Amino acid sequence: MNDYWKNIRTTHKTLKTGLKITARHLKAARNSRNPMSPKNENYFDQQNGIMTTQYPKEVIPVPHHGRYKLHNEIDDCIVCDKCAKICPVDCIDIEPIRSPEEFGKTSDGTPKRIYAARFDIDMAKCCFCGLCTTVCPTECLTMTDEYDFSEFDYKEHNFEFGEMTPLEILEKKKAFEEYTAKKEAEKKTKVESSPKSKIPIKPKIGGGPAKPAMKPKISGASASKPKIPIRPRIPKKDDGESNQNLDKD
Amino acid sequence: MYAFIFFLTFLLIYTIFAVYAERKISAFIQDRYGPMEVGYYGLLQTVADLLKLIQKEDIVPAAADRKLFKPGPIVVFVAVFAGFAVLPLTSGFQGAEVQIGLFYLLAIISLDVVGILLSGWGSNSKYALFGAMRSVAQIISYEIPLGLSILCVIMISQTLSLQEIIYQQGIYAQNIDQEAVNYLFGIKALGVETTNVGGFLTWNIFRAPIFFVAYLIFFIASLAECNRAPFDIPEAESELVAGFHVEYSGFRWALIMLSEYGLMLLVSFLGAILFLGGWNSPLPNIGSVALADWTTGEPGTVAGHLWGAFWLIGKALLTVAVQMWIRWTYPRLRLDQLMNLSWKYLTPAAIILVLLSALWRLLMI
Repeated sequence: MNDYWKNIRTTHKTLKTGLKITARHLKAARNSRNPMSPKNENYFDQQNGIMTTQYPKEVIPVPHHGRYKLHNEIDDCIVCDKCAKICPVDCIDIEPIRSPEEFGKTSDGTPKRIYAARFDIDMAKCCFCGLCTTVCPTECLTMTDEYDFSEFDYKEHNFEFGEMTPLEILEKKKAFEEYTAKKEAEKKTKVESSPKSKIPIKPKIGGGPAKPAMKPKISGASASKPKIPIRPRIPKKDDGESNQNLDKD
Repeated sequence: MYAFIFFLTFLLIYTIFAVYAERKISAFIQDRYGPMEVGYYGLLQTVADLLKLIQKEDIVPAAADRKLFKPGPIVVFVAVFAGFAVLPLTSGFQGAEVQIGLFYLLAIISLDVVGILLSGWGSNSKYALFGAMRSVAQIISYEIPLGLSILCVIMISQTLSLQEIIYQQGIYAQNIDQEAVNYLFGIKALGVETTNVGGFLTWNIFRAPIFFVAYLIFFIASLAECNRAPFDIPEAESELVAGFHVEYSGFRWALIMLSEYGLMLLVSFLGAILFLGGWNSPLPNIGSVALADWTTGEPGTVAGHLWGAFWLIGKALLTVAVQMWIRWTYPRLRLDQLMNLSWKYLTPAAIILVLLSALWRLLMI
């Protein structure tokens, strides 16, 4: 019998507490949270009010170099193929065309010797590990803060960064073929004139396989290269910090 | 006839906004926005939902008993809507001025069980049948405390006519009965006459303060009657999918939802009429500041209609809001807890209240 009255009392008390809690939330819903980044030091001060955001209209800021969609700044790319090699899921597809001579410099001064006929990143395959960005020697490949890139067809997740037209590709290919043919011819004449020479091995790079590896870069580095960060940098830092790192380097 | 047209339109418009309010209240309680896209602040969301709903195919499962399945929702809706027939909206606006209005109302609401059983059984689905069985068990159990708490009011008011019950709770009590006198808390011995003070002081819950408990019992039982959370085991989304209406689609489903919200409104109206003064103003006359006179309006005049409708609908909608608040606060009761609450707590308390009401009636005369 004691239990009977105790039950009534606890029920009364707990039901009242429950109603109070929901009433508090109902009242607090007049305010909604202001979309701020989790990095903001006031982030946890917002304990009351509507917590969700109206997504496409309101966006919670993410760090500038978030670990989301990949972006390749093709003008800075030396097409070294390192990113494609390190990628655990093979989502980067590169088709290089070697150039007979250096045709430009990246913004950090690295000479460019290979054209990117194709530089495709299939974000549908990407596992967002960020390894490609750490190996990139010129830091042209970065992960951006863009995370909303869903599509109706997964094929549209293949992002193309190569900017060359088919005609240009054909021209460059032809130019290099002519160049190698010329080299071949020169070599033949050289071999005929002076046999048993060891020199030809070095300049032979041009006739190598389609993979440019890192050869061109190293040969160019000796010429004019103020700084190539050999130690891969971790790009997943916010803007300020990565700028500081650059300064230190 | 005019009451029929009024209540039907009112019920439809009310349901559209009640569903919207329910979604908004639940969202705010859970720190969300709720519907925001259709119309300003999502106001037209339910209209859009309704348009979608009436376009849907009316599916009758192959194994269902068509003859029971199809009229199920209609019986539910008719039972609920028939209840509005005797509801006095204002002092002069009432579908049918029946002397036994309250009795009729109780009887007709109970018919809703038949519709639920029809649709649950006719669906030939285990979930629907479970839902229907639970619903019937619940409604029959809770009808007892509900009926007893209403009996308390009948004992104090000495009438079954809803209009008369309302008249007694305000400044126009003597329009119905020349000798009607209200005393503070219904105790004649105190000697404070409140007949002309009106306001909340002459509401039934103040005429007989034991009615605070009676109203609580009525309110809890009415929640169970509407199959509303925390007594929604007949529908229990997480275990029975949707309970007795799981097999319905399109317009029939809409009818079931309409009756659920309609029943919520009906019991809220009933609660307001029986305990909260019906169409009477909550503001009392204080000396020369005759707030009750100003905000009630002479019965039969336009002012009386407008004030009456305003107060009664206001009270009912406020009660509906509380029902929603409760729904989004409390977890669902288990079947044994449900029976426990009804038979061990509410029913004995209601029986004692009936006894106390009889004694209180003696104090009042």
